Amino acid sequence: MTGERTHTVNPEDIKKEILAKYPPKVARKRAKQITPVASDEKDGLQVGANVRTVPGIITQRGCCYAGCKGVIMGPTRDIINLTHGPIGCGFYSWLTRRNQTRPPSDDADNYINYCFSTDMKDEDIVFGGEKKLKAAIQEAYDIFKPKAISIFSTCPVGLIGDDVHAVAREMKEKLGINIFGFSCEGYKGVSQSAGHHIANNTIFKHVVGLNDTVMDAKFKINLLGEYNIGGDGFIIDELLNKCGIDLVSTFSGNSTVDQFANCHTADLNAVMCHRSINYVADMLETKYGIPWIKVSFTGPTSTASSLRKIAAYFEDQELIDRVEEVIAEEMIPVEAKIKEVKKRCEGKTAMMFVGGSRAHHYQELFRDIGMTVLSAGYEFAHRDDYEGRDVIPDIKVDADSRNIEELTIEKDENLYSPRKTEEQMQALEESGYPFKKYDGLIPEMVKGSLIVDDISHHETETLIAMYKPDIFCAGIKEKYAVQKHGIPMKQLHSYDTGGPYAVFEGAVNFFEEIDRMLNANIWQYLEAPWQKDPELSATFVGE
Amino acid sequence: MLLRHTPKEIKERKVLSVNPAKTCQPIGAMYAGLGIHGCLPHSHGSQGCCAYHRSALTRHYREPVMAATSSFTEGASVFGGQANLLQALLTIFTTYKPDVVAVHTTCLSETIGDDVNQIVKKAYKDGTIPEGKYVVHTSTPSYVGSHVTGFSNMVKSMAVQLAEKTGKSNGKVNIVPGFVEPSDMVEMKRIAGMLGVETILFPDTSGILNGPMTGKFNMYPKGGVSIEELKSTGDSIGSIGLGAWASADAVRALDTQFKVPCQVQDLPIGLLATDRFVDALRTAAGVSVPDTITQERGQLLDVISDMQPHLYGKKVAIAGDPDQVIALTEFLVTMGMKPVHIVTGTPGKAFTKRIKEVTARFGDEINVKGPSDLFHLHQLIKNEPVDLLICNTYGKYIARDEDIPFVRHGFPILDRVGHSYFPTVGYKGGLHFLEKILSALMDRTDRDAPEESFELVE
Repeated sequence: MTGERTHTVNPEDIKKEILAKYPPKVARKRAKQITPVASDEKDGLQVGANVRTVPGIITQRGCCYAGCKGVIMGPTRDIINLTHGPIGCGFYSWLTRRNQTRPPSDDADNYINYCFSTDMKDEDIVFGGEKKLKAAIQEAYDIFKPKAISIFSTCPVGLIGDDVHAVAREMKEKLGINIFGFSCEGYKGVSQSAGHHIANNTIFKHVVGLNDTVMDAKFKINLLGEYNIGGDGFIIDELLNKCGIDLVSTFSGNSTVDQFANCHTADLNAVMCHRSINYVADMLETKYGIPWIKVSFTGPTSTASSLRKIAAYFEDQELIDRVEEVIAEEMIPVEAKIKEVKKRCEGKTAMMFVGGSRAHHYQELFRDIGMTVLSAGYEFAHRDDYEGRDVIPDIKVDADSRNIEELTIEKDENLYSPRKTEEQMQALEESGYPFKKYDGLIPEMVKGSLIVDDISHHETETLIAMYKPDIFCAGIKEKYAVQKHGIPMKQLHSYDTGGPYAVFEGAVNFFEEIDRMLNANIWQYLEAPWQKDPELSATFVGE
Repeated sequence: MLLRHTPKEIKERKVLSVNPAKTCQPIGAMYAGLGIHGCLPHSHGSQGCCAYHRSALTRHYREPVMAATSSFTEGASVFGGQANLLQALLTIFTTYKPDVVAVHTTCLSETIGDDVNQIVKKAYKDGTIPEGKYVVHTSTPSYVGSHVTGFSNMVKSMAVQLAEKTGKSNGKVNIVPGFVEPSDMVEMKRIAGMLGVETILFPDTSGILNGPMTGKFNMYPKGGVSIEELKSTGDSIGSIGLGAWASADAVRALDTQFKVPCQVQDLPIGLLATDRFVDALRTAAGVSVPDTITQERGQLLDVISDMQPHLYGKKVAIAGDPDQVIALTEFLVTMGMKPVHIVTGTPGKAFTKRIKEVTARFGDEINVKGPSDLFHLHQLIKNEPVDLLICNTYGKYIARDEDIPFVRHGFPILDRVGHSYFPTVGYKGGLHFLEKILSALMDRTDRDAPEESFELVE
């Protein structure tokens, strides 16, 4: 690992400092989610995750609805996403995540720029909102004639007992288009993660498998857990096409419901964001026989290795050779940029607290330019995203997770078709092919670093004070509190206004962005001349 | 086209909201809470509410927006949120040490019927709220009113829960500024200062949501109305509430409970509304208006009269909060412009009536609708095109599709800066807003003019 530097700060001391300011019970709870990486020996390290946030702690986390409507379904353009609830939930999730979309023509369906809501009022809370929901679906149909409508439940909907699924069934029958509902009330689960799960399960139940048309292409895959923030999905798609690989569907960047309906015809599932979607990959394998691998298109090394993994899976020499050619060609500008930027960034330090996979994936990009990640953690991940999938059997299912529906999936009688024979799968596995393998974030962390799950504002402040990082990565809520310290802050959810940062092309963008942020001269002017030298000296002297 | 599915033909919608021109109560309460010095706002509901409100306010102000949440889970939603709120107050006062916590509810805690008043009483009694610290709280069900209602509710609660009447007048005038920018609050204080009127302006987000870069993060920045000032509002000689929707409840409550005489005015945006504001302050405090103010008034008047050829008869579409839209509409009419489509998302019957009053010279030629949404506004524009659109950032989708000059105003503004630093209220603010309107209109003229009529001097 390049750029690693010795730290004078002991992560155990930082943990102690953090916990000292909490009430005792809160400190005990938080202790389980803060894991110092004391040595290079990282086996057995545990990180408590996917547990309730302590009230009042100032968390980064959002809610189940945000995960379902905002993250997973937000990027799908040809469906009317109707929020059933008071106006706020629909309003806040309206165009705020930078998930780009590119309709194939000027008249193709694209509802991304719209916000639809039943705008519930007090009388709906008292008398029930089902009637209003039905009427809203009818109005949406009358005006827009969409091919599909989905309904998102907000907190009060679950509490007053509106049956959105019954309404969906009734209106689907009546209007003859696909209509389905999500029970994604904000209070479910402990974070956005519950919403991802509910969204994906619902799509699996109501959409996947509806269209059996097989794309005329040789190497067909699905990309799972890619949300096209800042256009990442566009350039991943271009890169895959350049290699001769075609995407049947992406869950859910730049997506359409038609693609979801057709995704079971792909031959491989490549999982980007393990947290938000690994279970869909499992279900697609069980039901349709499509194997899955973990990939990452963040960083040139991971991108190259992911392309190689995909090519190796198809066991086609022409594809394998083509992938190598593409990698060689794409690496040229990346290497040039690394050489240029490293001069100015080497030895600097970063921290990142985001999401369920980016706090892992983005470490590579910082390492490439000689920087060290001093502390990292996820906002809504589970233990397997830290410790790797081997830990899954040991994860206790608590009351908050038990309420999130798990689908029981069986082989589809007609559509199940193993993409490879048992012998082929076995041979690949024996040669070290990493089916369903994910080692999590822990292997990335250097000695002396600290892992913090569901970081709070107080913890952020303590880390900044003690580690003094050169750059901090998190989300919009954290951005300006960090920057007031004079430390540049990069949003890794929405990329601020930047991106794409995926694959080789995006890596170049990211290196330029970090270079700009670290080396912007504005941070030198924090003090006025009279603050630097407050002593009064000579009075005005005339010439 | 960005809004390619918006048809010209207007079909009546009874229930479906498309592209809202409002959001929900709690965010207004959070914004108001931030205007108390040393205050941490607290959202009693699911985590997502707090995360969404903080994100929206942060994007609008590009400043830290600190707030905490009760982090409801399914269990809390069934058994009630008392344990969550008590835990939250303990965590907050131990770790973040604010002087005051401003608690607002959400649709979740309102639907299950949490009695926040009782929970807070318990927290005072058992010492969860330390000696000398305060909790103000207000009820903000998201399914009633809008973000403006939430602002109004929190402002009223901070006044009535903290105000005291000692019987000795403090000689000050209370000003409730409405749901306006920190820059507007600064300008209101400046005008009062020029008049020599001592004021208590609350809430006051100036210094908090337009703070400086210093190299240090301060969780409770300089700025905000102090607890002492809020206590003293009961001893003021009078109150002026600016904007009926956002400010009337607070000043009326002080009138009822503490006998502080109140008046409710339009927001002081534009010539005439600023005239009324200055006049009200002058009368309430018994002072005379200095020449400096009359001078500023004259400057605004001067520019309006100079630029009449670019303003007179120009058609405008406006969407925003009722207090803002009423005052802006009057300003536009004063300048000779013609606001033809006027929409607010916030309910309240008085809106249409007041708009009809300020646009009386145009009679029935004005389309005014409240509560409505931006989808409807867009359809109105498709049926009768306009020369200018005034709206929050969401208006940019309409402006681009219809190729209309666009001036951003209101909440939220997610893609430009300036609103937190340059006011819209007062004569100076009017001049600033007028400059933005003129730039938008004249940039368009320059862009579209044939070469032979492209003018150096306009």
